[in-house]
Amino acid sequence: MKASSRNLLIAVAALAIAGAGLAYIAFGNLGENLVYYWSPSEMLAHGDAAYGPTIRLGGVVKPGSIEWNAGHTALSFEINDNHEIESPAVKVAASLTPPQMFREGIGVVVEGTFDKSKVFKTNRLMVNHSNEYRPPKPGEKPKNWGATLSDSSGPTPGKAK
Amino acid sequence: MPTWTSYVLLLAVLGLFGVHLAVPATRAWVWKVLAVLGVGGVVSGSYLALAVAPADHEMGDVYRIMFAHVPEVWMALLALCVNFGASVAFLFRKDLSLDALSEACAEVGLFFGTIGVLLGAIWGRPTWGVWWDWDPRLTTAAIMLVVYSGYLALRKFVDDPEKRATWSAVVGIIAASDLPILWFSVRWWRSLHQRQSGAGKMDPTIWSILMWNTAALMALTIVFAYQRYRIAQATRAREVALPSALPPDSGDVPSEAA
Repeated sequence: MKASSRNLLIAVAALAIAGAGLAYIAFGNLGENLVYYWSPSEMLAHGDAAYGPTIRLGGVVKPGSIEWNAGHTALSFEINDNHEIESPAVKVAASLTPPQMFREGIGVVVEGTFDKSKVFKTNRLMVNHSNEYRPPKPGEKPKNWGATLSDSSGPTPGKAK
Repeated sequence: MPTWTSYVLLLAVLGLFGVHLAVPATRAWVWKVLAVLGVGGVVSGSYLALAVAPADHEMGDVYRIMFAHVPEVWMALLALCVNFGASVAFLFRKDLSLDALSEACAEVGLFFGTIGVLLGAIWGRPTWGVWWDWDPRLTTAAIMLVVYSGYLALRKFVDDPEKRATWSAVVGIIAASDLPILWFSVRWWRSLHQRQSGAGKMDPTIWSILMWNTAALMALTIVFAYQRYRIAQATRAREVALPSALPPDSGDVPSEAA
């Protein structure tokens, strides 16, 4: 076989492998077997099977559900499937300092375990931010990051400047 | 800052590169102009990003790292796509200068990709709350860095230029299948990483400054890739001319100059 036609064969083979792999991942419905997180309704649908193993749960922080204990050391809130407040929700108990962007109505992913108590316990909370970049609209309150730490969400509310 | 200024810079960069490609006599100086545009663009772009762009409604000042993170990753993907094209072309045309182009683009792509991923981690810590998580976007980005590091390692292990070019072209083609997966990962699957943004989802000033930084980094990408390509070409020429003189050329320096 001439070197040039051998190379051609190699080229076609390599392109075929790359194309097949890509097509498998793109159209092979991997998404059904391999999800980054479950929504509350998906997790609840698994029933007892969801108890025990470490899983990721993702959704939207239910407005009005964020509660801190007296010492501000434990946090609990509910995660909705989506922005509709009536959508299926799961209660989450967290012992951590949430990222500063944590608030009602923002997307979150939590990693932890679920059990019979129907409370999802987590020590890893991630906030999912949007892909919109813009200044605050007129009348919209801009986020003051330094203040959120020292005022509301910190363990000992400090004196505001 | 009006958007057209950024598009003018972008067109200037692309136009100069076109001149560089079309008129070989200009290759001695066009890259220097691009280097000046690139460095000047990055310096002014950093000022625009830090001082002129408005703070984001949700992320405040932290989002400003986007002006570096996004163009870095774009340029990495661009360079690696050129690596793919040159790899395919090499197998069809068997021209070693295409192999030199592949090598140059893989290195530049890996460089920008690494910086882009590091910047992404730095952005992730204050916004997501974590430096890293194995979501589809971050995982495919990690695969990209590992695979192209392997690609460059492979090149070091093969001495014969023809074999090295053929093998690395195969690896370059297969490695490139990760690039569209990386790009579409945020659309195909759930992820922590947000989806691609765009002009419609950004404040016009923010978009304009992002384009400015992109144009500047594109100029730098071209300069880096061109210089690395020249080095690769020179190395290749030496290997082909003097195959036996290559590996052990470190020890014996001609002593007549003493």
